[in-house]
This record gives sequence, structure tokens and C-alpha cells, in this order.
Amino acid sequence: MNVHEFQAKSLFAQFGVPVPRGKEITSPEAATAWADELNTPVFVVKAQIHAGGRGKAGGVKITKDKSAVAGFAKELIGKTLVTHQTGPKGRTVHRLLMEEGANIAKELYLSILVDRDSGWPIFIASTEGGMEIEEVAAHTPEKIIKEPIDPAVGFQGYNGRNIAFALGLQNLEPAVMGPFTKMLGNLYRLFMEKNCALVEINPLIITKEKTVVALDGKVSFDDNGLFKHEDVQKMRDLNEEEPLEIEATANNLNYVKLDGNIGCMVNGAGLAMATMDVIKLAGSEPANFLDVGGGATKETVAAGFRILLKDPNVKGIFINIFGGIVRCERIAHGVIEAAKEVKINVPLVVRLQGTNAEEGRKLLADSGLKLEVANDLWEAAQKIVRLTGKAA
Amino acid sequence: MSILVNKNTRVVVQGITGKEGSFHATQCKAYGTKVVAGVTPGKAGQEVEGIPVFNTVRDAVKKEQCDTSLIFVPPPFCADAILEAADAGVKLIICITEGIPVNDMVRVKRALSGRDVRLIGPNCPGVITVDEAKIGIMPGFIHKKGVVGVVSRSGTLTYEAVHQLSTLGLGETTCVGIGGDPVNGTGFVDVLPLFEKDPETHAIVMIGEIGGDAEEKAAEFIKKHVKKPVVSFIAGITAPPGRRMGHAGAIISGGKGTATEKMKALETAGVTVVKNPAEIGNAVKKALGR
Repeated sequence: MNVHEFQAKSLFAQFGVPVPRGKEITSPEAATAWADELNTPVFVVKAQIHAGGRGKAGGVKITKDKSAVAGFAKELIGKTLVTHQTGPKGRTVHRLLMEEGANIAKELYLSILVDRDSGWPIFIASTEGGMEIEEVAAHTPEKIIKEPIDPAVGFQGYNGRNIAFALGLQNLEPAVMGPFTKMLGNLYRLFMEKNCALVEINPLIITKEKTVVALDGKVSFDDNGLFKHEDVQKMRDLNEEEPLEIEATANNLNYVKLDGNIGCMVNGAGLAMATMDVIKLAGSEPANFLDVGGGATKETVAAGFRILLKDPNVKGIFINIFGGIVRCERIAHGVIEAAKEVKINVPLVVRLQGTNAEEGRKLLADSGLKLEVANDLWEAAQKIVRLTGKAA
Repeated sequence: MSILVNKNTRVVVQGITGKEGSFHATQCKAYGTKVVAGVTPGKAGQEVEGIPVFNTVRDAVKKEQCDTSLIFVPPPFCADAILEAADAGVKLIICITEGIPVNDMVRVKRALSGRDVRLIGPNCPGVITVDEAKIGIMPGFIHKKGVVGVVSRSGTLTYEAVHQLSTLGLGETTCVGIGGDPVNGTGFVDVLPLFEKDPETHAIVMIGEIGGDAEEKAAEFIKKHVKKPVVSFIAGITAPPGRRMGHAGAIISGGKGTATEKMKALETAGVTVVKNPAEIGNAVKKALGR
């Protein structure tokens, strides 16, 4: 789960990571009121959407004129921002972060995540703050500093010194060495205690006043750890999510919307991905990823149908079930019942394999429903592609 | 011969009185696995299909000499359950549970490192040595005794591959599901050498997916150390970056972990990479010269 910058920064503040004074703003009036209270030489107004590249898209405004903030708020709220991370449709801005400006002396990059290979949390730092870290890694890998943290003992002073000296902080600004390493320890604590998947500060700045400040903040959480944190669950912003994905989650289905026109419904994540791949191989594009889980029932299949059919791009549906513990004849019953409940007006191919597959296929064939039955994966994929016509 | 588990493996099922635990303990036992004990705290003295239940893994090991644990404990308590099994001296821990927080697994993996214990999973279908022991949730009947070792990050996609191998008459030796989580106990590089050493295994099927670099690491290992033919399929060539595709570990992040990169690495290592998952069985047949 991702959260907004203002939410990330409130967590930073809570864990002792310095941030600019700022507040979430949802109206021009609130912007003016907060500007009066903030009383700073420079005001920064930042659109809050779950995507990077806001600055280039016109989503960040900086002004010395207190009376201008209401106008910026009016301009940004309700505006659609298109950045390299939003896709062509862009994202609508519903809220802003308004904060004091900072006197930047140096910009750094800092993040922490779990290194999948070692299974240890790892800090990544660079002197190339403000840049896309993937770009830095690709072109100047020597400028990427990595410091793994032993989870048995947690963050230690030497971890902080390793990073600080590698960044050259002793030359840049010796006064920040202490506050910087202390901040790293606090970030580690935030990362572990709140079950984060990623904490990224880009840029982390050294100010002309010789302090370190998180000028931006991105935090994403491990969905599996959310049950431990009610405060984090409350940060979820449904405006930032695809409506069909919200509906799927409510039905315990795993759904990701894509841009093709063959809707697929599969049991198991790996097989669901493989089904998407085989649709492409057969000459078309999948409309979605949908994993109905190991125990596909009438209810899950019906919910799956409803979600697939709400996507106007879907021109055909491919159900691919490998019955393991779940028996295929029960899945066939589920499909038949669900198809009666939900009116299906597009071609449907059902491929059943595994436990009692023969019986399941016979039930489907005799059901009177307009559908094609298949037993082989490749044969089924070709069938649905033929029935829907190849992608343009 | 086979790898990891066989007909002498003595299994304790943690979480045996739960819905999943009792169902699958019964299924495993019916397959012929020596399921000799179960654990649910506070339920010692009960039985599940004739399997005695204990309060602690320590008690189960003491009374029934279990060497392997199969875990169905819910995510919030699962890290605890894995560590309990390790502490009780179990040598192989197979964790089926899906949804364990990553940071819990970070601590567990660290705690197990350097100890004489292997963790398989979590979020995996388990391990089966055909006709000897089924320790997991896979449907036993699709397997046929044969010559192919299977190692995979996925569940149902593995069944798909196994079904093809069985239908073609090639059959399997042992199938190992290493799981779909970003931090797991056993990787491809841990299982590949076991198959390479196993005289009954003549070919290896490796099923990967997007996310992380386990397949790239496996490619390096295969290049140096594996002489048996390896056939691989990588799921997720159509998956968009930045989106989690069901499995917590199946995500392309920072431009890394794409299916294309993984396929390239494996091909360079001499692995037969199939683009069509329906062709896994045929590719193995061809690799074995049958």
C-alpha cells in the first residue's frame, strides 16, 4: 500500500526524522489560513498523488508571495496531473501539502528496503540527490552506496558512519554527521516497526543552516503487515486506486487491471500470470490479472465475472482452472450457476484440468450455456483469441 | 533416492486442528506420508484422524521423533511457529502459510542462518517425493514416479507442469515449491545442487516468475555446476512494472526483475527456456532425447 507524501512526512516526524513544517490542504481558504500560521519567507505547494514526477508536470508551486497560495491551491485541486508514472490518463489531485521552503546547500538520496537476496534490510544512499535512482545506478553505479543492516541486532553506529563517510559528509558539512546518523537509526526503526516495504527520501537535503531535512518522502507498506497497524490502514486513499481493484479486494480476489481485451479468471497467481502470457503468445492481449485463489467457489467465480464484465474493454473471457484439491465438477457447477446470475454477453472459453476434469467439462458442455470447453491450455488460448479477434 | 523427503520422513503438522491443517494432514497421511504428530497449543490429548495432537513441537519431537514440520499456522503467529519448530530440533520446516509480513520473515531467516535446519516457503505448496511422501497441499494423484525434478515459485503453475510431465510418461522424482514471497527460506540455488546430485533425477524443470533476481542467480549456478538438462518457464512477460501480481514477491521494481531479463540469463546459461507454458513437458522430452 502506498501513501501520500504528507502522510509519509507525518510518520517521519513521529519517528524523529526532520521534515519541513507543513500541513495537508484541501481548499484555497485552508491554504490562506495555513500560510498565515506558517509565516515563512518561501511557501511550497505540492500536489498529493501516488506518483513521482509531479514537479515536471506542474504539480509543485513555489512562491514568496503569501497571497498567491490560495490561487495555486485553486489551480491544483481538481487538476489532472500526467507524469511518467501515472500513465496517459493521469491522476486527479484531491489534496495538497503546503510547507515552508528550505535553503538547500546539498541534495542527497536515501532509501531503505529489504534486499531479497540476503533477506536483510539495506540502506541505499547517494550524493546524487534529486535524480531518479535507477538512472544513477545505470550510469554511475559507483555513486550508489549500500549498507545492509543485520536484523539480529538492528541499526548500529558503524552502519551510520559507513554511510556518512562514504557520502563524504565530513567534507560537505561536518556539523551534520551526528544528526544524520541519528536520523538513519530512526528511519530503520520506522521501517521495521511499521512494516514498510520501502522508505525513500529524495532529496534528503543539507540546509545552509547546517541541518538535515527530508524534503520529499515516499513510503510504501507491506500489505501483509497492515493488520498490525490501524493508523497506517487509515491512510489508505481510495481515490488513488482503480475502482475495479477495490471491488476485487472486497471480494478477496486478486485483480490487476491491464489494457488488453481478453478477461481472464484463473486459480493461483503463477498460473494467472502464465495465462496472460499465453494469451499474448496466441496473438492478443490480456485485460487483467485475476487470481480467484486455490478454492474457487460459485461465489468467487460470480464475483470474478461481475468485475471482468464491468471493464468495457473486455471482449471475451477465458477461465483457466487447474483443479487440485478443488474438484473440477464443483467449479463447473460454480461457473454454470454464476453464468445464470450474471448475464454474459461476450464469448467464453473454459479450460478445466486436474481433479475430475472430464466430469466438469461434460457438465459445462451439457449446461446449454453458450461457451466453449477446452482441456489443453494452448488450445484454449487460441480459441478465445479466435473468438474475440486478434488485437489491433 | 530422492531429495529432501522420503518414505521415512516423520512429519509434525503445526496448526493441525485448523480447517486447512486437519484437511491437508489427512490428505498427506492418505498419500502414505508418515504424519506422526500435530501441534495446537492447548489441545494436547486430542486426535485428528488418528494423529496425536501435542501442545508444543518440543513435546511432539520427544514423543514421536519428528524430523520435519508442515506449518498451517495463520500469518500473525507464523514466525513464532517456524522458530518453535527450529528450536525443537526439527531439520526441515515446510511452511504453507500465505501472508506472513516480510519483516517477520527477515527476522526468521536471520535467526535460522547458520543453524542445521532448512526452511521451505513460506507461501508455497510444499514438497512431494512421488510415491513416498507428500508434505504439502498439492494434489497427489497428478504425480507419477519418474525422472524429472521440479522446483518452482508457484503453486497451480507447478501442477500444470507436473500434469504435462506425467501425461507424457516422463514422471517426477521430487517437486519442491519454494514459494512466492520476497524473503523465503530456500531458493533455486539451494535446490538445484540436490537435484544435480540425485541419481534418479535426469532432468530439471525450473519455474520462475517476475520479481527479484533468484532466476539470475540460478542461471549463474547452472552455468557452473549443473550438467543435467534444465527446462525453464518464467511467468509474467505481460506483467506491468510496479504492480504486485498476486504473490508478494512477483513485482517488477526499479526496472529490475523482468521476465525478459531472466529468460535471457537462463538461455545464456544453456537452459531451454520455453515461452509457452503448455510446452514445458515437450521441451523436457526433447531435452532427454526421448
